[in-house]
Amino acid sequence: MKTALVACVVSLVCLFTVASLAGPVDEAVKSLQSLGKEGVDNQAATRAWSVAAQANANELTTLLAGLDEANPLGANYLRAAVDVVVDRTLSAKSPAPLSAVESFLKDTSHSPRARRLAFEVITRFDAAAPDRLVPTFINDPSTELRRDAVQRLIDQATSLAKDESSKPAAIEAYRQAFTGSRDLDQIELLTKELKNLGVTVDLPTHFGFVMNWKLIGPFDNTGESAFDVVYPPEKEIRLDAEYPGKGDKPVKWIDHATTDAHGKVDFNKALGKANGVTGYAYTEFVAPQEMAVDFRVGCICAFKLWVNGTLVDGRNVYHSGTKIDQYIGRGKLKAGKNAILVKVLQNEQTQNWAQDWEFQLRVCDATGTAILSQDRVAAK
Amino acid sequence: MTLTHLLTKSATNGRGFMMKAHHLLLTALTFACGFAPLHAADWLQFRGNDQRAVVTDSGVPTEWNVGEQADGSDSKNIAWKHKLPGRGVSSPIVVRGKVIATSASGAVQERLHVHCFDAASGKLAWERQFWATGRTFCHPSSSVAACSPASDGQHIFAFFSSNDLICLDLDGNLKWYRGLTYDYPTAANDVGMSSSPLVIGQTVIVQVENKGESFAAGIDAYTGETKWKHARKADMCWTSPTVMSGVDGKAVVLLQSTDRLTAHDPVTGKQLWTFDKTCSGIPSSVGSSDIAFIPSDGITAVRASSGSTSPEVLWSNNKLSPGTPSPIVVDDQILVINGAGALTAANTKDGEVAWRARLKGSFWATPVVAGNHLYVVNRDGIGQVLKLGKEGEIVSENKFGEPVVATPAIADGALYVRGDQHLFKVAKP
Repeated sequence: MKTALVACVVSLVCLFTVASLAGPVDEAVKSLQSLGKEGVDNQAATRAWSVAAQANANELTTLLAGLDEANPLGANYLRAAVDVVVDRTLSAKSPAPLSAVESFLKDTSHSPRARRLAFEVITRFDAAAPDRLVPTFINDPSTELRRDAVQRLIDQATSLAKDESSKPAAIEAYRQAFTGSRDLDQIELLTKELKNLGVTVDLPTHFGFVMNWKLIGPFDNTGESAFDVVYPPEKEIRLDAEYPGKGDKPVKWIDHATTDAHGKVDFNKALGKANGVTGYAYTEFVAPQEMAVDFRVGCICAFKLWVNGTLVDGRNVYHSGTKIDQYIGRGKLKAGKNAILVKVLQNEQTQNWAQDWEFQLRVCDATGTAILSQDRVAAK
Repeated sequence: MTLTHLLTKSATNGRGFMMKAHHLLLTALTFACGFAPLHAADWLQFRGNDQRAVVTDSGVPTEWNVGEQADGSDSKNIAWKHKLPGRGVSSPIVVRGKVIATSASGAVQERLHVHCFDAASGKLAWERQFWATGRTFCHPSSSVAACSPASDGQHIFAFFSSNDLICLDLDGNLKWYRGLTYDYPTAANDVGMSSSPLVIGQTVIVQVENKGESFAAGIDAYTGETKWKHARKADMCWTSPTVMSGVDGKAVVLLQSTDRLTAHDPVTGKQLWTFDKTCSGIPSSVGSSDIAFIPSDGITAVRASSGSTSPEVLWSNNKLSPGTPSPIVVDDQILVINGAGALTAANTKDGEVAWRARLKGSFWATPVVAGNHLYVVNRDGIGQVLKLGKEGEIVSENKFGEPVVATPAIADGALYVRGDQHLFKVAKP
């Protein structure tokens, strides 16, 4: 009885001690997770960061878990705290809870960035860890982790490709890498290497670019005035209708199937070269069930994107650069047919570099994995 | 110990001392804004402490060789070099014996790096990494790490094309973080942004001009809170805020947009005067004493008198049109590199051309001057050294072996050059 009582007291003391040590870090993490815009929480964040950065190594997973709920600002405060804790632990040659951090890494319910940081923490203590861990990342929900796995396969394939007898193995490694790849630079490299080995890949399908559209235009955009002008396609989708376009010239919907590997829809080619104009592209996307998706647009001109009548994204900016995944709109597909409408506006700049009137759209999940319409026709 | 106790302790620890030290530093910086060439102990921002890119230091080697051996055994006057991750076209800065450089890595350069090296040994003191909160697209020739960091002598203000503004102390502790595109989502340029911050006293001045929300802001160096914010023309512009001396000797900040240049009180942001003419959107102005040399119609020199809202135009010379590098002022001459790689020196008094020199290659980096030598590195990474006198005489050409876009820094007899892949320290053994 006496022994039990002592054990109980010791346990309570331990619990109290752990709680009192962990408490400040927990509270600091919490206060760093949802920092307001325009620096309004900066002073409190600075104080909380000082506490978080004083955490001991055993609290690394507390800091890492804090990233799960942190907004982008908070994630950076927490990341910097983790780096400081790791620096201090390494400098003191103190032990780190690598087993717990690795368990955290393997738990895909944690945020991709938290898990990536966990991997980097492990790597700083154990330089050999990537050899063991990276091959497991080829289908990881963290694109940063996946990228390393793809690179490892690229390196293997490149080495294999030097030997004629190993080319089948090189092709297989490149194929695996291509299937896992989500980053444009790696996808482009893999496409080129596979082509050199006689293998053609279906880039539009890999990315999930929408290739088949109905187009209509031009409507007026003189003086960049039409971003908020509601032309008929924004009121109704009647594919057999005819409307007055720019200068009252009648316009009607035409079929357009792009063959561009990156799904670019070029209004200049489809409707005729023009400036100070507005064009619309419409397509129907068949989803197997309701799902949250990314609608990723690349557009050198001003644009708006609606899905089932809801505005998902838009930007009133002209000729300020473009690239795949330039704008990422988070939206929803409903089960069955979904109406996707894109408005693309060209201005009246006269420079050669300001003449493109085009866009690209792909549908994918948050990792960039393509989501294809169920009625998509396979590439020939 | 509760969080409250820790936070209170943290908040009060050393704050009084730091404030006193800071005021001393501010006083020193205020005097520094008198624009005599500084002793080259530090190089605190793009184009140096007073942004004239000129120091009196004459100990910088005029010849060097990076060599080809990995261990540097065949190099000459290369004290150290470091491989940097990802990409970067930002200038290094030197603060109290620490060299700060930035870079960006990852699939779309979304990972932001701030590196701190010990200037003497070249040893990495610390590195901090962050995830960009703004847009990270840029032209292949540039980088998300395009804006040069700046310092007030005890903090580092690292700014990126994604409009992430990060304040760290010299030991790598995070003081505050601002995501200016996170705050103002349309403030972005997918060609890339490159305006470098300017620190005047306790204010960090940033210029964010693009085709979305465009503004200039004064950010409190200690808290990261916005002290002032002014809307600017929504147009792509890559110039950096510039400091010059006002008629009363106080520092004035120049904000150069494509349609005009405005002068402001750095503390309040109050507009003091405006130069309403088309200006270049790439090279920045340079101030010397109370004269501003503006990349407009070539170069236009202006001086504002007390209380006047428009400056007096002293001279204008359209033969002094700068390319990408910013003009610099050395003694009584203004030096300009045009788009064809020709270096022209003109008298600051009347704009008359004094001499010309043909340089090799094309240039993004602004030249820097140590003692009576000018150092300029072309995009192919060839560093050319000119002896300045009645004319500029090229005395050496030195290869870095990789492209160089960033403006070098000079401190304590050393030239720090950020190449496409490496950070180099050029110094005598």
